[in-house]
Amino acid sequence: MQITDQTPSTPPLLEVEHVSMRFGGLVAINDLSFTATARRITAIIGPNGAGKTTLFNCLTGFYRPGVGRMTLHHPVRGPVRLERLEGFRVAREAGVARTFQNIRLFPRMSVLENLIVAQHHVLMRASVCTIAGLLGLSRYRRAEAHAVGKARHWLERVGLVAHADREAGTLPYGDQRRLEIARALCTDPLLLCLDEPAAGLDPRESQDLNRLLRSLRAEGVTILLIEHDMSVVMEISDKVVVLDHGQKIAVGPPAAIRTNPAVIRAYLGEEEDEPLPPEITGAIGEEGKAHG
Amino acid sequence: MIDLYRETAIFLQQLVNGITIGATYGLIAIGYTMVYGIIGMINFAHGEIYMIGAFVAVMTYVVMGMLGVQSVPLALLAMLGVGMVVTAAYGWTVERIAYRPLRRSFRLAPLISAIGMSIALQNYVQITQGARVKPLPPVLPGGIHFLEETGFGVKITWLQIFIWTVTVALMIVFTWVVARTALGRQQRACEQDQLMAALVGVNVDRIISLTFVMGAVLAAVAGLIVTLQYGVVDFHIGFLAGVKAFTAAVLGGIGSLPGAMLGGLLIGLIETFWAAYFSGAYKDVATFGILVLVLLFRPTGLLGRPETEKV
Repeated sequence: MQITDQTPSTPPLLEVEHVSMRFGGLVAINDLSFTATARRITAIIGPNGAGKTTLFNCLTGFYRPGVGRMTLHHPVRGPVRLERLEGFRVAREAGVARTFQNIRLFPRMSVLENLIVAQHHVLMRASVCTIAGLLGLSRYRRAEAHAVGKARHWLERVGLVAHADREAGTLPYGDQRRLEIARALCTDPLLLCLDEPAAGLDPRESQDLNRLLRSLRAEGVTILLIEHDMSVVMEISDKVVVLDHGQKIAVGPPAAIRTNPAVIRAYLGEEEDEPLPPEITGAIGEEGKAHG
Repeated sequence: MIDLYRETAIFLQQLVNGITIGATYGLIAIGYTMVYGIIGMINFAHGEIYMIGAFVAVMTYVVMGMLGVQSVPLALLAMLGVGMVVTAAYGWTVERIAYRPLRRSFRLAPLISAIGMSIALQNYVQITQGARVKPLPPVLPGGIHFLEETGFGVKITWLQIFIWTVTVALMIVFTWVVARTALGRQQRACEQDQLMAALVGVNVDRIISLTFVMGAVLAAVAGLIVTLQYGVVDFHIGFLAGVKAFTAAVLGGIGSLPGAMLGGLLIGLIETFWAAYFSGAYKDVATFGILVLVLLFRPTGLLGRPETEKV
């Protein structure tokens, strides 16, 4: 399939234009522009320190980039400028949800509660700030039942339904990762930003994750994916954006990226004889050497 | 044997009194513990919020008198209702003007701001209400007497029963709000990870505001209770009550709601029993001495969670 951003059938959901983010003298992101096509998986790759997580932090309101625009084309609200939204509005009004490289659950809440918190504004609206909840009004009961239903749905999808009442912090690592994804999905995101979702997963879990992400794409979720595991990137992404030292050095379909000399240089350094990290040798090795 | 009866009666009376005063400490302590739990800050102006609650109760009583309201339940209800609403407004305002602007500032800034707020509120009440003690006639006289044959009758006043009922009812409501409602869930989410809570769409600033409001509502009830119990208020009562309630929160394990209530009860009981059996002058020394001992052996307080690494 040919991925072109400008075709009317697949308009970009996210447009990042000339974004720069500095911390003092350090330029974490330098004049970065790219688009994420609706209903596609866009992978962001690059060596450590390339600015990938900083980009996510900008998109989700943690940081405010000094320069540039980040526009999310919301099907109902129209274009939403992410860099102008307060942190908590990013999830609510722009429909952007994310997960973290180092998992951030609410560790002392149950698995189910973690998912219900993510739907709280629906509940709050139904409860008129808890007063109706105090009175046990039927509208509130319905909203709550709906929230629990949605939570159950995503728990089933990620295979955690048996652990619904467990304290989230006590789950094994892989389960915590999946719970974090389920929680992000409970906010009904248009754009799901996943920061190394496959990190620490065994090959079988990794396969399950790929399957989940593909089915999400089929259901209309746009995914932005930071990933070091090249097998995941090459297998499921529709488009790859490569960052190095805060700059975009390449963009294109995975097949083109794995043979792109600039990418190989970024990963391997200038010296030709430096040893290759094993995850790269596996995925881009042979073709990379042929071109580099 | 006669002595034993008498001693039992004295003991029971102290228990009744201790629980009553402990209930007020507990109610105030919840305000400290909730705010600490959610933003990790000690709201030193909380004692003053309680003092304002007491003043509003007296003022409401006077207004009810001027309106010619004779019914005691109606007067109590009005004092409770008006006290909660007005005091909540103070709690909200204090957070809005003294703490929220400093949210992203260094850690000590809101603490200093809180001390300033405490002094400002004290002086504000002193100037507007005068420095003299304000009396309140007994609103709810009478009570139940028993064990009178011992020569030392045990008396539980109607007022004390009212105080216990209100305290228990509020505890149940607040425990339920925190454990079961959307608001409580968001409060716990903010407590555990504010940034993440914002990322799933929780309006953290609003939840913090509501937490201050909840604390102020409970402090208002404590203010009302103390005014009814002792019949006097002045602009200075917030300080010691605040320090003791803060102690109660630490004793119970700061951040823990049941801990605050338990700590309050313990401190009320300790000081009452110490005053009854040893020396009234040293009751505060006893209270704080016990606090030191508990913290030596249980640094997280009685029901506190061991501090987990937070990055």
